[in-house]
Amino acid sequence: MKAAVLVFPGINRERDMARTLKLVSGQAPAMVWHAETALPAGTDLVVIPGGFSYGDYLRCGAIAARSPVMDAVRAFAAKGGLVLGVCNGFQILCEAGLLPGVLMRNQQLRFICRDVYLKVERSNTPFTRGYNAGQVIRVPVAHGEGNYIADGETVARLEGEGRVLFRYCSPDGMVDPNWNHNGAINAIAGIVNERGNVLGMMPHPENHVEASIGPTDGRGLFAGLAEALAKAA
Amino acid sequence: MLPNDTPITPELVAEHGLKADEYERILKLIGRAPTLTELGIFSAMWNEHCSYKSSKVHLRGLPTKAPWVIQGPGENAGVIDIGDGLACVFKMESHNHPSYIEPYQGAATGVGGILRDVFTMGARPVACLNALSFGAPGHPKTRHLVGGVVAGIGGYGNSFGVPTVAGSVRFHARYDGNCLVNAMAVGLAHKDQIFYAAASGVGMPIVYLGSKTGRDGIHGASMASAEFGEDSEEKRPTVQVGDPFSEKLLLEACLEIMAKGCVIAIQDMGAAGLTSSATEMGAKGDLGVTLDLDKVPCREEGMTAYEMMLSESQERMLMVLKPEKEKEAEAIFRKWGLDFAIVGETTPTKRFIVKHGGQVMADLPIKELGSQAPEYKRPFVSAAKLPVIEAEDVTAPKGTAEALEILLATPDLCSKRWVWEQYDHVIGGNTVQRPGGDAAVVRVEEGPKALALTTDVTPRYCEADPFEGGKQAVAECWRNITAVGATPLAITDNLNFGNPERPEIMGQFVGCVRGIAEACKALDFPVVSGNVSLYNETNGKAILPTPSIGGVGLIADFTRSASIAFKREGEAILLVGETTGWLGQSMYLRDICGREDGAPPPVDLTEERENGDFVRALILDGTATAAHDLSDGGLLVALAEMAIASGIGATLTAAPTDIPEHAFWFGEDQARYLVTVPAAKADAVIARARETGVLAAHVGVTGGDALLIEGERPLPVARLRHQFEHWLPAYMAGEL
Repeated sequence: MKAAVLVFPGINRERDMARTLKLVSGQAPAMVWHAETALPAGTDLVVIPGGFSYGDYLRCGAIAARSPVMDAVRAFAAKGGLVLGVCNGFQILCEAGLLPGVLMRNQQLRFICRDVYLKVERSNTPFTRGYNAGQVIRVPVAHGEGNYIADGETVARLEGEGRVLFRYCSPDGMVDPNWNHNGAINAIAGIVNERGNVLGMMPHPENHVEASIGPTDGRGLFAGLAEALAKAA
Repeated sequence: MLPNDTPITPELVAEHGLKADEYERILKLIGRAPTLTELGIFSAMWNEHCSYKSSKVHLRGLPTKAPWVIQGPGENAGVIDIGDGLACVFKMESHNHPSYIEPYQGAATGVGGILRDVFTMGARPVACLNALSFGAPGHPKTRHLVGGVVAGIGGYGNSFGVPTVAGSVRFHARYDGNCLVNAMAVGLAHKDQIFYAAASGVGMPIVYLGSKTGRDGIHGASMASAEFGEDSEEKRPTVQVGDPFSEKLLLEACLEIMAKGCVIAIQDMGAAGLTSSATEMGAKGDLGVTLDLDKVPCREEGMTAYEMMLSESQERMLMVLKPEKEKEAEAIFRKWGLDFAIVGETTPTKRFIVKHGGQVMADLPIKELGSQAPEYKRPFVSAAKLPVIEAEDVTAPKGTAEALEILLATPDLCSKRWVWEQYDHVIGGNTVQRPGGDAAVVRVEEGPKALALTTDVTPRYCEADPFEGGKQAVAECWRNITAVGATPLAITDNLNFGNPERPEIMGQFVGCVRGIAEACKALDFPVVSGNVSLYNETNGKAILPTPSIGGVGLIADFTRSASIAFKREGEAILLVGETTGWLGQSMYLRDICGREDGAPPPVDLTEERENGDFVRALILDGTATAAHDLSDGGLLVALAEMAIASGIGATLTAAPTDIPEHAFWFGEDQARYLVTVPAAKADAVIARARETGVLAAHVGVTGGDALLIEGERPLPVARLRHQFEHWLPAYMAGEL
């Protein structure tokens, strides 16, 4: 795995992400500053971590989506390169037009940090091959604006094409408004683009990877990615 | 705006919060009438908040030294050695008045200010904590303040990117007109790369970094040094506006130029902004400072010298750089998109000279500005001791089970999940124990070392007996750190009191500080940083004396730390420490019987240490599977919290017959813990306790899904959890 972690001013989970990538894949990622116009040669995974890029003072992710490095990311994705956006990263991917829809303020209008349960909808993708379809995983969320919404047609397409990879659910895997903490439509927690190579998700799998600290359900995502990339190489 | 040569009238002096005799002191010191800018500078430096003029004489009695203390009080933050070349840098500070006037921004900038104190010293912040006191839930402002303060703390810390891992929230009518927002930040640095404020070298460039200067927060420190009246709402313009995004950039840029060896001295601009940071750097370095305000990056046009010197715009720093590294440092700041300007230089004159538009606006002796600030030995009276309330004289509840259910749903004892879920407490990936336990546990870098962090104080005890209350605040902090298995190392204290010009308030202050000193000495738990917040009163009504204690402890291997949750069924529950059934000032007395009365429980510091050392050893050798300190609400509330945290119930042994049952279950005797151990080891642990002179008794067995108390209806854990969890969300939703 030759990952590149993008760093925009105000991003703050880049260290968590880099540590997890190193822990799971054995290789430290390149940290790529937003003003760069190219990705490091040989990059096979671009990760946009969480945080508050540019303070989220405009719409979340709107300014970062227009950074120089994002042109390189668009080109990389167009060639089928794998892109993972977590939390603010998901918001940036939506603002950059790489994923459809938008993340609105949480339904109850408060920032929420807690462990949530996600149903993994498919396992036949490079992002979810480390899980079984239907598996329930426990990972933390920490966001004020994670309430995913898109127009009806787009949501229908996402569902119809199996592009919802993660959905908020109860501990036993039931989709239930009581377990959808931010009010996202269809309890959507993570989606991929049409081609399936760009994933955006609100929860933070990178914070649940060490048994000594807590649950390790986030590990499967990174381990699966590492495997997929090793196979491809 | 008045011109700089405005004649200084007694009215103008009074408007600046200076007393007539303090003004006389200024005249004597400089030998002439001050200019308007100079008057502003004096008012900024000599107010209570910046000068500690009422408290200094008493603070000298606090123990501040230990072999592991690298830097005690007097710098931006305290520093302790945690081994392996690492240091822990921490401090707690209040932002009470601003938070009452404008809760979101007041609390947010409180967090921003304390984070800046920590990273100014070269440390990367790794955790935030807070201690919040609000008015009675029924007071019309309380809900608004809770919502705003919590959102503000979260809004700043979450964006900045530091986990907020622990804290405390209380409600009491005495905070109706004056809430308390005490924020603590903890950072890690390399022991040999700590940065200080003292400038060195003559002719060194003084560099201004960070955000631009605006007209916000002018006289903020003076506002914080006066009581509130009916007009407090009109003071909103003195509250600063926070920008966590800029602060995050400032953090990264500062750490980067520190790592590159560019920095000689650094001071953040907090209270009294440019004035206090520049004079502090000069005075500590035995140097003069000349500032050229024409160079200061300003947010708005036409700002006067007076406004610039008193602005408390946030996210700003002042540094003395190594001249040869200036270009390198500037490039780093430009990369982060921050302002960088050389605004002055160090001089050999020991004068503080402020120039603007080619004119000298202020020319003052730099050291005397700080050292000659007034210092008061204010008169104080100690309140008469309250009588000890005998347990027999306290009404028994209708039922123990019912009393527990009521207590768990009281504003002070209920779960604060609604609060801490608004704080990102997992960022960093090092939060081993999240909020809701005794102390948060945060792994140090890659481990296995970890910090144990907590904030504590019991204001009703402090009010009833300031000396015992001061002791208790420190002891409870020490106990909470011990209960996770860590060794307590040092504290930061945030002393919130009313108007010190009233002898009875001063008496509370003096008593609490003496109590804190006594406990810190007895427990080898020195004070390394702190903050005093006085004049917390509205219309002559003072807050409860609230000396918040923020503690830091260390555990060698975080995987050995204990949490409060029961771990498995069939384990023995042991009570460590002596139970006399002390109900004076207890939650039971207050919230069940409606009495705030009597002497608070005394704190025996020898017993604290012995019991704590015993419990810590049980945790570290793997015998104890769960541990919890006993505090507000006593034994039964602690048992319920352990059950709720785990979902496992317990069958409790019958209460002893020599004290009333409610005194046994709800008394608040100090120096006590609950631990669980495998059933087979219980007798050996009790014997081991006896050998070391510690009292330990069997109080129950874990198991089932309810708390079973002899003669009482079963208390299903699910029902207890509902009681514990429902109050705060319902209250905040306006349903109560």
